[in-house]
Amino acid sequence: MTTDLGALNAAPRFDNQDPALFGQTPSQTVGPFFHYGLPWKGGGDLVGRSDMGARPDLMPPEHFLLAESGTTGRPQGEVIEIAGGVYDGNGAPLNDVMIEIWHANAAGRYASVEDGREEVPLDPHFVGFGRAATDSNGIWRFRTIRPGRVPGPGNTLQAPHIALSVLGRGLLKRLATRLYFADGEGNGEDPILALVPPERRHTLIAQRRSAGSWWLDIVLQGRNETVFFDL
Amino acid sequence: MSRLILPYSREDAGAPPSLHPDYRSTVLRSPRLAPLAIPATLTEITGPDEAWDRLMGPAMTDLTAQHRGAPQGQRIVVAGLVLDEQARPVPHTMIEIWQANAAGRYIHSRDDWPAPLDPNFTGVGRVVTDAEGRYRFVTIRPGAYPWGNHKNAWRPAHIHLSLLGPAFATRLVTQMYFPDDPLIEIDPIANAVPMPYRQRLVARFDIGITEPNWALGYRFDIVLKGRGQTPFEEHHDDH
Repeated sequence: MTTDLGALNAAPRFDNQDPALFGQTPSQTVGPFFHYGLPWKGGGDLVGRSDMGARPDLMPPEHFLLAESGTTGRPQGEVIEIAGGVYDGNGAPLNDVMIEIWHANAAGRYASVEDGREEVPLDPHFVGFGRAATDSNGIWRFRTIRPGRVPGPGNTLQAPHIALSVLGRGLLKRLATRLYFADGEGNGEDPILALVPPERRHTLIAQRRSAGSWWLDIVLQGRNETVFFDL
Repeated sequence: MSRLILPYSREDAGAPPSLHPDYRSTVLRSPRLAPLAIPATLTEITGPDEAWDRLMGPAMTDLTAQHRGAPQGQRIVVAGLVLDEQARPVPHTMIEIWQANAAGRYIHSRDDWPAPLDPNFTGVGRVVTDAEGRYRFVTIRPGAYPWGNHKNAWRPAHIHLSLLGPAFATRLVTQMYFPDDPLIEIDPIANAVPMPYRQRLVARFDIGITEPNWALGYRFDIVLKGRGQTPFEEHHDDH
C-alpha cells in the first residue's frame, strides 16, 4: 500500500496556512515571563557597555542566554539619560513592562536603509534601537544620545524625539508613543505634536530632572493618559 | 526637501482590541482613549534593519542544544515564512523566541506553579529569515500551564515570537498555537483576536517539515504590515 503523504497533508484546514485567512498576524501579549527572552544586558545603554535594560535577577544565571551590549564605541552627541515610570489605571507602578526606543543619531539620521539622506552623516557607533524592562519599582531607564531633528511630512522639520513602544502583560498589542524634550528646538512647529490636543501634549514631553537627565511617565489609562499613536 | 514616504498599512480586522475584559489584566492596562492616527514619517518607516546581530547577538536556532543534555519533551521543528501583506518575503529579519518547557513551566522566577523545571531547557532562541524570508528553529513542544485569570484557567501550549520587521511601524509580538489544542477555544488571550482571524495563530502540522526519526514539524507563516502600492484604507474604529 502506498500513501500520498503530500496530498494528505494538503487537506484544507482552518489555520495559519488557510489562504482565505491570509493577512496580518494578530498581536498577542508578551505576558509576564519575557525577561529571559527579550531584554539583553545593555539593551538600555546605547552609549557604553553596561547591564542596563536587563533583569537577570528574574532567572537563574545559567538561563540568561541573551547577548551582552553590542556597543562598539562612543557615539557622537550629548549623552542623556531618559527614564520614567509606567502606571496602570489605578496609578500602580508596573514592574513587568518593557519599553523599546528608536531614534535618530545626533545629526538627525536614522541607521536604516530607508533613510537614504547621504548628506546627513551616519554614526558608526550608533544604531538607535534600545530595549529595557521596567525595574521592581516600575521604572524604565535608557542612556543614549540626544537625537537631532529629522524631516516630517511635506517640508516640515520634526522636533527632536524618540519613538517608544510599550509592551507588557495585559497589553494585547504594542502601544506606540513618542518622547519629546521640554526644551526641544521646534516643539512649537512639530507636525506630530500639532495633531495632539493641546491639553494632552504634556504626556509626550519629558522634563529635565538634572543636567542631561530627562523624565517621562507613561500612564496607560485614566487621568493624564499618555497619547498613543495609531501608526 | 520633500521625500516620498510610503506608509505601512494600519492594523487589519484581525488585530485584537486593547481592552478584552475576559483577559483581566487588560482592564486596568488598556488605554481608554482611542489611539491618535498620525501620518507616517521617517521615524515610523525606518528601523534597525540588519543591525539585529549588533544588538541581540548571533542566532540561536536550536533550543534543545543549549545545555549539557537534551531537554525533556517532544522535539519539534517550527518553520515557515515571514511575509508582508502583499505576500512578499521579508528577508534577513530577526525572530526572537521564548517558551515554557515540556511541563509548562518557565524558568522565570515569577513562575512558581508545581511543574518541574528542566535543567537542560531555557526556552529562548532567535532566528533570522534567509533571503527568501524563510526561517526554521528546533525546540520541544511546550506544555500548557495554569494561570490566575479565572478559576481553572489554563493557557494553551504556545511559543512567543517577537519581530521588529523592517520598520518601527511593523513591530509585532505574537504567540503561535498548536493544532487540535482544546484549550485555544477557551483561552481569553487567543480569543482577544476575533474569529476567524484567531485561527491565523494556529500552526499546521507539516509532514514535509517533519524529520524522519527525529522531530515533528509545524509550519507557521508570519505576516507583517505591508506597504500598499495603493492608498491605504481608512482604518477602522479602535475599540
